[in-house]
Amino acid sequence: MSSYLVLSGGLSPERDVSLRSGRRVAEALRLAGDAEVREADVDLSLITLLRTHRPDCVIPLLHGAAGEDGALRDVLTSLGLPYVGSTGESARLAFDKPVAKTLLARAGVSTPAAVALPHATFRELGATEVLAGIRELLGLPLIVKPTKGGSALGASLVKSAEEFPSAMVGAFAYSDVALMEQCIVGTEVAISVLDTDEGPVALPPVEIVPQAEIYDYNARYTAGTTEFFVPARVPSDIAAECGRVALLAHEVLGLRDWSRTDVIVDASGTPWFLETNAAPGMTETSLFPQSLHAAGLSLGDAVLRLVDRARSRG
Amino acid sequence: MQASEIRALFAVASRPEVVSLAGGMPFVQALNMELMAETVGRLLRERGAVALQYGSGQGDVALREQILEVMADVKVSAHPDDIVVTTGSQMALDLVTRVFCDPGDVVLVEAPSYVGALGVFRAYECDVVHVAMDDQGLSPVALEEAITALAAQGRKAKMLYTIPSFHNPAGVTQGQDRRTEILAIAQRAGVLLLEDDPYGLLGFEGEPPAAIRSHDEEGVIYLGSFSKTIASGLRVGWAVAPHGVREKLVLAAESAVLCPSNYSQLTISEYLSTQPWREQIKAYRELYRERRDALLESLEQLMPPGTSWTTPAGGFYSWVTLPHGLDAKAMLPRAVSALVAYVPGTGFYVNGQGHEHMRLSYCYPEPERIREGVRRLAGVIEGELEIAATFGTSSALHADSGSSTPESNVPAPNLQ
Repeated sequence: MSSYLVLSGGLSPERDVSLRSGRRVAEALRLAGDAEVREADVDLSLITLLRTHRPDCVIPLLHGAAGEDGALRDVLTSLGLPYVGSTGESARLAFDKPVAKTLLARAGVSTPAAVALPHATFRELGATEVLAGIRELLGLPLIVKPTKGGSALGASLVKSAEEFPSAMVGAFAYSDVALMEQCIVGTEVAISVLDTDEGPVALPPVEIVPQAEIYDYNARYTAGTTEFFVPARVPSDIAAECGRVALLAHEVLGLRDWSRTDVIVDASGTPWFLETNAAPGMTETSLFPQSLHAAGLSLGDAVLRLVDRARSRG
Repeated sequence: MQASEIRALFAVASRPEVVSLAGGMPFVQALNMELMAETVGRLLRERGAVALQYGSGQGDVALREQILEVMADVKVSAHPDDIVVTTGSQMALDLVTRVFCDPGDVVLVEAPSYVGALGVFRAYECDVVHVAMDDQGLSPVALEEAITALAAQGRKAKMLYTIPSFHNPAGVTQGQDRRTEILAIAQRAGVLLLEDDPYGLLGFEGEPPAAIRSHDEEGVIYLGSFSKTIASGLRVGWAVAPHGVREKLVLAAESAVLCPSNYSQLTISEYLSTQPWREQIKAYRELYRERRDALLESLEQLMPPGTSWTTPAGGFYSWVTLPHGLDAKAMLPRAVSALVAYVPGTGFYVNGQGHEHMRLSYCYPEPERIREGVRRLAGVIEGELEIAATFGTSSALHADSGSSTPESNVPAPNLQ
């Protein structure tokens, strides 16, 4: 009997999301196939577990650093264990929002104008002056978020100059570098990509309508606080364009197996790239499983197919 | 920051790498487990059919008599019939509120107050009004003012909820004069006084403080608990209430749970009859005193200037006030990244206050871990001071959505 290991938890602020993703995927895998499926956290006992049990495949579902910055994947590679998902190198590119935006912009994708600055810059040059300069350059409203992070933790909407300092403090609580990005008004759409034997495929896009001002942590993980429309209520040519952007992101960032790209479609129908997630959430309210369901695929079957691909990669 | 973000951060705090000064779990590992195993074994062998059966809605008679013996240490005297045994004193708190309070009724509480109580009052749609404390606990002057202010609005408080000994979260204790003064004010104003005393036997110096109810029973309901003196997992607490009230509480209890766990009650009864329970409480006291000392010493050595804290004479908690302009809630992600956790003060107010405070608990971690936690916390506060200096300190830092409840700002009860 094959044996698979789902890794979830970790020490990032997204630990809770990761544990829920892990539980859901492990359950789905057990239902879908005839394999032994274990779950483990990323802690001091992990390497010993990996060495002694040598699972046939690892499915890392850590969100946030270590899961998405490539560290864990590099460790799995060094142990010679097959795993589902992108390589460490690609995960790092996707996890760093300014880097991902630059690569997509070079590939011809629209992405909102933004500035990424470390806390040190504000300290050395004076926060008031720097913030004023950013306001002049980018205008308001702005979205402020940590450059490395997920689930919108530390993200906030700045509508006035008075709100700017506290938004920066909120972002710097999660990361040393903060991204200040123009706020595009439009329809928020998430496009999940699944690698198949015929190549990567864009799944039906999900339109996200949060009750709150932004699709923040609470809106993402508290049932009932956000409405989802699958497929997104956009004309088919725009849906296709969103799919193209997601596939391009998957390719440009060198991703593998699965990813999710978030865009905002403006009034003219242009999708603006926000970010790509190399380890998309798999909780009850997450977007990737909703897209799978709309495509008539079960989570368990999809993960099993990716497990087969990972194993054949060796 | 939203409530669910805080809960997400507390999920990280459950990892052993994080020194959690956030939990409220008693250190039950200090129980003599062999003796407890003996107790439970004997109970099942000799009275298993009773222990594992439904019991009375008011609670086991023998245990109620033994509770009188326990309460004698805080000078509460009563009749066994005045006692209603409940599934934790939390349940007693819930029942009293259910029986006495209608939606919109005013409940006076301390500022800050125990989050479990705030949750109950909210659930029953009470209007909670915080009353200021000082280093001796609830301020009689502030209490009079609050009552007067309500009267001026044509309103009257239904109940005053107070934790007079080793307060959770503030760590302060009311002196005896203070207690009689507060009681007199409540009685004059016709306000029911609900006295919650889970830590009364866990003082570190001298005799346990005499309960408010020991001065006068009139208009007082006393809540007690075995959670911190024996074991929280047994879920046994009680209310001492006059006859008329007691009957209503029993009916309400029966409709909620039928009866408290006979198994847990008889375990405690057997334990109290056959084991040196006072020695166990003494052992707990010594253990918690050592941890308190570790916390206070390291706070003294390591906290940046501008930080202050209460000096608890018992119980589990110290209440820290951060240097001006810092926000404990906004600081929590930084703390968790630095592998230390605390509860932001916002968890203990209904009105969104408490940003400049945090509750530190010393009940669970070993003394060395406590010192390490304070060391990490000092670094976090210093980092936050730097950020505040960079961006300017202002009340605008308190970017609350306004929709978070106190109980969503604190960890679940089983966080270490």
